[in-house]
Formats: sequence, C-alpha cells, structure tokens
Amino acid sequence: MSATQIPADLLFQSSHEWARVEGDTATVGISDHAQSELTDVVYVELPQLGKTVDSGDPTAVVESVKAASDIYAPVSGEVIEVNPAVEADPSLVNTDPYGAGWIFKLKVSKPDQLSGLLTPQAYGELIG
Amino acid sequence: MSETVLHSPLEAAHLALGAKLIPFGGWAMPVQYSSILTEHAAVREKAGVFDISHMGQVFVTGADHVASLDTLLTNNLSQLPPGQGQYTIMLNESGGVIDDLIAYRISETETLLVINASMIAEDVAWMDKHLAPGCNLRNESDAWAGLAIQGPDAAAIFAKLFPAESLPPRNGISKTASGKIVCRTGYTGEDGYEFFCPAAEGSAWFTKFIEAGATPCGLGARDTLRLEMCFSLNGNDLSPARSPIEAGLGFFCDLTKPHFIGRETLVSQKANGPEVKLTAIELTEKGPPPRPHYPVLSADGETLGELSSGVLSPTLGIGIAMAYLPAAFTKPATPLLIDIRGRQFKAVSVKKPFLKIPK
Repeated sequence: MSATQIPADLLFQSSHEWARVEGDTATVGISDHAQSELTDVVYVELPQLGKTVDSGDPTAVVESVKAASDIYAPVSGEVIEVNPAVEADPSLVNTDPYGAGWIFKLKVSKPDQLSGLLTPQAYGELIG
Repeated sequence: MSETVLHSPLEAAHLALGAKLIPFGGWAMPVQYSSILTEHAAVREKAGVFDISHMGQVFVTGADHVASLDTLLTNNLSQLPPGQGQYTIMLNESGGVIDDLIAYRISETETLLVINASMIAEDVAWMDKHLAPGCNLRNESDAWAGLAIQGPDAAAIFAKLFPAESLPPRNGISKTASGKIVCRTGYTGEDGYEFFCPAAEGSAWFTKFIEAGATPCGLGARDTLRLEMCFSLNGNDLSPARSPIEAGLGFFCDLTKPHFIGRETLVSQKANGPEVKLTAIELTEKGPPPRPHYPVLSADGETLGELSSGVLSPTLGIGIAMAYLPAAFTKPATPLLIDIRGRQFKAVSVKKPFLKIPK
C-alpha cells in the first residue's frame, strides 16, 4: 500500500471529506484515502447552486463502478460554487483529490462548527 | 444464507496482491485488485485470471445418469457428445430457476456440473432428491480450486504453460496429463477457459497464470464483463419466481424432451408468450451508473419494474442494465426512463447483447 496523502492545511470528517477554509468559504472534496478505497470514480453528482445544507447533510454523490457514496457537508452553509470539471472528468477525484478534484464550495454559515472537524493528525490516526 | 464466511484457498495470494475482499454468495472473494476498469480492459484486450474457487463442482456418475439429469435440467444432455459442455438450467416444480450451470460430459458414465457458489447446498439437496436410483453424486466443491482465464491472449497463455497439451474446443472439457480439468467456457464473452486443480495447488497455478501474462481480476470486472454480454447472474437476473422463458433463455430449454421438472410452465409460456421478459436497457443520456433495484418507467412515467442488474459499461462508456418488463415494452428501441435517486434519465430497450464480440 502506498502512503496516503493528508495535506496539513485541511480539516477532515470521519466520513472522509476534506474542507479547505479560506475566509468564510469552505472548499470540499474527498480524501486521498477515500478515492483510493473507492477507486475508479465514474460519476459525480453535484449539488444545486444556492442550495442550503446543514452539516452532515448528503450534498453530492461520488460513484465508482461498484457503489454510490454520499458526500456529506462538513459544515452548514450555502452552495456557492460547484466544480464542473469533475462532472466532465470524474477521474480527477482519483488523480488529484485535493486539487482539481474538489467537488463544491460552501459559504460557511456556522463557523463554530469548524472546530468540530478533524485535524490532519486526527484524520491520519483514524485511517491509520 | 449461512453465517459462516467461506474462504478461497487463494485468499492469501489475493491479499498479497492488494485485493479488496467482499462477501459474495457466502464467500469472501476479491472484488478488485487495482481497478475494475483496468481489469475489465485487460480481459477485453489481453487476458485476465479470476479466482472461481467459490463455484461448486458436482460429479454425477452411473450408466443412466445422463437420462436422469435430463429430467432435472432444461437443455438436452443426451444429445451432447462426451467431451462437450452445455449451459443449462435447473428448475423448481413451477418452472422458476433454482440455478443456472454448465454441464460437461466427461465420459459416457460421468458428468461434471459447475454450479453457483451460493446454491451448492440447495442444488445438491435437490439432485439427491430427484436423481434416479443408480446415479451417484459426488460434491467435490471443497476439493477443487478454480481459475477462469479469459481474453484474446488466454489460449497463448495456455500454450506457454502447457506446451504438450491442447485446449479443448469451444464449450469442451479435457483433462491434462496431470489431472487438471480444462473447460473452454467462461462468463466474459471472450475466448478462454476455466481451469480446475486440487485446492492446495490453486495459489501456485494462480501465480503461474499471472506470470504468464494474465492480469488478476476480481468480481467487479466479472460483473461488468458479463453484463456487457447480457449473461444472467443468478440472484440478480434469475430467481425461483422467474422462468428461463421470461429470462430470455429459451434457447437453452429443449421443450421436445418429454419430461423435465418445470417443463409445463415453459410450454405454456412459450405458447402464450411470457407476460414479462428480461430486457436489455441502455441509458441514452449521460447519467449516474444504473444499479440493481432502480425503478424502470415507461416514457409516460408508468412504473414497469426495477433493474435486476446495472453498471456503467467500461467498454461502451454508457449505462447498461437489465430488467423484467411487461412484454409490450420489451421490443428494441422502446423508450424508457430509469429513476435514479428521484431523477429520471432517458433510456431505451435494445437487442441483446450490448457488446458484439467478433469471433
């Protein structure tokens, strides 16, 4: 098994989503570990722009050949941007999970929820 | 289903190759090693090797065993010469499918049945009950490891490993000098063979086929490969509530035989036309991969049934599926809808199979 990548500037959920927080925007994707477990992402269902979600709500769907997996919002907020590139080329979620393979951006409505997410160290221990 | 999970004699070899194991038919089996898409492509373009040790091997012997099996199986075993195999179906009294299998005539007095993993106990019990006195049945499922080597390079790999042997003809069965069983059959639509050896030798042969050029392939690729060919999977596409006529397998049912269990239902369905038929369906717009149990609707939005199988076809790049639909909706080019998480995607019924492989 090759070592999984866990960037130090991200927060994580135990359900394997990551969040990159910049100001009041959280960019969300799935971890390298998650894409490696799913393998071969063949379809990404993006949320509606403007949709308001609560933390823990199923917000997008990532599908591999064998299974459909819900992607849960790590924090509450409004969907302000989605990544059309992963709709056109779902394999970006496999090849660049923390970069070009991001899925949606939220305008964070409850910033205090961020402290409830996992640090990179804590996430590393969870999947280790 | 039994609570105990059964393990392939090849399990250590699978784990050493990084396989992910999943429960299947009561067994822990590899779903994939690296990537279902890569494994699928290996079989279509070169060759793959699958562990099929979970499948059952039952040997039936006796001077009159063929005539007796012909009362339990839909196809005509008596007309099949020794050395050949045929796809056939075991039915319950009402014509529903117990299991689909391949029966190989090893000799005048012995036939090998290769049956589905989850059905071994039930099939054996059914045969014990219905085979004529004088027939002997040996369930050797635990004694054999099985490998399926499939793809355009499969024959060349055999020649490399067995330079002194030749493969049996299409659908045929033969034994190597050292007693391995080789059947020129498979579940992918490609040329290839199924290889049975003593369980303890399974891992070593698995490694030899890989070293000779076959890519290890899991159940994930096995499912996408078989569905591109519209090969039925018992438990998904076949069930005790559906007959082979409804499943579109009438070709494998010889209704000229005077008797076999379930025959009356098939005769009546054939005469009147089945009310439902297992139909091949393609998505005609970009959408999520179709999966079993998704609802199928008419173009007018009337619910017709649900998918029995469905995948994104790696070869064709489109969603492909099968479903039992009312006869009026089974003609190729009938517009349909597939409901995926509350959204409806355009689809159409098509002629089987999805993929045409030049022979």
